Amino acid sequence: MAGQSDPHISLFSAEEVEFMAEDELIEIVPNMRMDPLNFICGDFGPFLPQIATQVPLWLAVALKKRGKCAIRPPQWMSVENLTRVLEGERDTQGAFQALPFHYVEISRLLFDHARDDIPDMYMVRSLVEDIRDVRIHKVETSLEKFSGTSAVKIPNLSAMEVNIIRPFVGRALQAFYKHDNPEKIPDVDRAPSGHTRVANNEPRRPLRR
Amino acid sequence: MASGAGERSTEQIDDYETLISTTDVELLKGAWRNEKAAPEILPFEEALVKRAKEQIQLMEETVDDFAESGHDPLIASLYQMDLDRAQYLLRSYLRVRLQKIEKFMFYIWKRDTYRNRLSIEEEKFTERCIRDIGKHLEETVLSKLPENYQSVLKQSVISEEDDMVPEPQLDTFVVAKCEKATRPLYLDGSRQSAGFDSRDDHFQMVPGDLCILRYRPFQEELMSGNISLV
Repeated sequence: MAGQSDPHISLFSAEEVEFMAEDELIEIVPNMRMDPLNFICGDFGPFLPQIATQVPLWLAVALKKRGKCAIRPPQWMSVENLTRVLEGERDTQGAFQALPFHYVEISRLLFDHARDDIPDMYMVRSLVEDIRDVRIHKVETSLEKFSGTSAVKIPNLSAMEVNIIRPFVGRALQAFYKHDNPEKIPDVDRAPSGHTRVANNEPRRPLRR
Repeated sequence: MASGAGERSTEQIDDYETLISTTDVELLKGAWRNEKAAPEILPFEEALVKRAKEQIQLMEETVDDFAESGHDPLIASLYQMDLDRAQYLLRSYLRVRLQKIEKFMFYIWKRDTYRNRLSIEEEKFTERCIRDIGKHLEETVLSKLPENYQSVLKQSVISEEDDMVPEPQLDTFVVAKCEKATRPLYLDGSRQSAGFDSRDDHFQMVPGDLCILRYRPFQEELMSGNISLV
């Protein structure tokens, strides 16, 4: 997509998006005993063998890496559910199925670090990839329908998808807005707030002789 | 200090449920995302940053104690990770603000609304930045130009406005998530529509909605916490 070519326009890096996703809660089953952890980001535990508890994803991955727990994949990550979601994505052209805002990052982290905890890992993984592809394709085709309004609702779009389309869509809508409004901005009568004139004079700074 | 920050914290106290269930890290993450995504500098989250600093300091001491007392290294490393994450957020938040200040320093400095959004340290930074950049431009370029073209802020003496000062682009489009239901809003930027009754320009969001929208009409909604940027 055109918008991706300019790296420093992308607002959040992939790492930053992942960082945000790592705060999502997930269920783990510890295999050791550990006192509650009183973190800045909240209190978690106590940890008892075979007793499931909720922790942020980063903590789950850290414990998993050290062999201290098993991660329970979230409900939506089952083959049945993902198959249904994929069918739904294919059947409805305009809309997106409901998935967690960070579904791409969560599934990637789990595929990387907890493959043995995911039943039918290969199936799940290819389903997630298919869903991702179908959705991205849908995003691209639905972009054609965007027009120069000031606000567009994008229900159920995920963090990663938002991040991908943001530079392109943002600039496209801005261009629409500019072309729609050159005559609107100067005749100020309607907006008494007075700050209309200050608008965007960074790019169109007239050169004087 | 900044009025926007004050408004926000009283609203949070009203909303007791969110107050007890939301940690400062969560709030800081929200502030960081908003700051990163918004085209202009937002009110400094003074109380929040202060609390976060205190918690980080406390945690640093705890982690040091762990190291000294030969505590379980696993637990110590987990606390260290939590600390690293909080520190990263705080640093990144402050850094995004400094970047914006560097970009818009002249603009911010001339306007009280913007100046009031800075922390005391940021204000000092802006002042020094302006002085240094001004001096640098003076020495390298401006002093060698004809007399009429020597201003840092203006192209020439006939310019009526400061036309060499970069301004935040408030008509940028941002991606926003609705936190609390917003009042119907007129997208031409005015809240009262004086003789303006096109239904299409009338926009309302419900919590959870995700939208791409022009920043300017939603400025107030963002400051009052009705929407957040993602």
